[in-house]
Amino acid sequence: MSQISSLARVFSYLSLLTVGGGMAAFPAMKYLTVEVHGWLTFKQLIHIYSVGQMAPGPNMMMIVVIGQWAGGLLGAFVTVAAFFCPTALLAFAVARGWRKLEKWPWRKSIQEGLAPVSIGLLLAGCFTMAKGAITGLETGAVAVATLLILLQYKINPALLVAASAVVGLLSLK
Amino acid sequence: MSDAAARPEVHIGEVAAPTAAVSIWEIFLEFLIIGATSFGGVVPYLRGSLVIKRHWIDEKEFVEMLSISQSLPGLNATNMAVLVGERLRGWLGSTVAITGICLPGALLMYAVGIFYRLHGDHPWITSALKGVAAAAVGLILSTVVGLSKKALSHSFDFIFMAATVLLVNRLHWSVLRALVVVGILAILYHHPKKAEKAVVDTR
Repeated sequence: MSQISSLARVFSYLSLLTVGGGMAAFPAMKYLTVEVHGWLTFKQLIHIYSVGQMAPGPNMMMIVVIGQWAGGLLGAFVTVAAFFCPTALLAFAVARGWRKLEKWPWRKSIQEGLAPVSIGLLLAGCFTMAKGAITGLETGAVAVATLLILLQYKINPALLVAASAVVGLLSLK
Repeated sequence: MSDAAARPEVHIGEVAAPTAAVSIWEIFLEFLIIGATSFGGVVPYLRGSLVIKRHWIDEKEFVEMLSISQSLPGLNATNMAVLVGERLRGWLGSTVAITGICLPGALLMYAVGIFYRLHGDHPWITSALKGVAAAAVGLILSTVVGLSKKALSHSFDFIFMAATVLLVNRLHWSVLRALVVVGILAILYHHPKKAEKAVVDTR
């Protein structure tokens, strides 16, 4: 039962850090789920995050796996609820109020100011993950190739991630 | 072709449809479909379904809701579900929309969790996952590049971005602390007076 309340606490906290995208919370997620609570290893976290990129829907549904391992079906449910409720309530409140704030001059300042910080957080999350995922020349090449292909061509990223599973299977032992 | 034929009742019906209440069930089903099919990023699927197929919101509203979603904490997908659901049917609309969009992925990842527990250390799975993880890093980088092109205009923006990365990765600040400290500095830098001046300057 203590695991369930820990899951609720950890994931409602992480929820509020996802400014700009789920990856922004990744360094904090690694610290809390791997180092503090030991629900999974860093390698497992990277694996399920990556597999989660191939799943449809919101791209952080990998949190279901952490909840399941730490607390079974109830754990999975609590994790999803904790991760999505705080930001959903905030979005709901803003949906009602934001239009009234259209003329408020700081609204634009907040949008413009948070943009570079949220991009920085995404990048920080990416580097945290790269430390575990890029283990040598081959994995580095896969990452760079993925980046270049996505910048150059309009291709569905989920397909590319799936294709890299085949590359991994054939060449990465 | 007469004017009447060019503008049949269907057209009028289409325009009237969004104001005539959309049922809770329809909202749930539409978001469930998006949740089950949106491989590789939800935003284009949301637009295709809500703006183009269903006409529940128009292009302008979509862009506005997306910009709100992006500046709030939370994922674009779930924030959009809440905003569109609220617009269509209030709090109940929001609730079914976010439930619908999350459900398929959640069930799939639940199955993944069980499978990984059983077979995660099989050598084939491990090498496939190495490739997948490396590609995911490339994918996040491409998101960073895309967002930077769109959202970063001042040279100071790059300093705020770099500072955030260094504080989190090198100095091991918590994400929350970096977000609050650099966020406030960046918002103050973009204070309203400056924006006004910039508008005057470009004239």
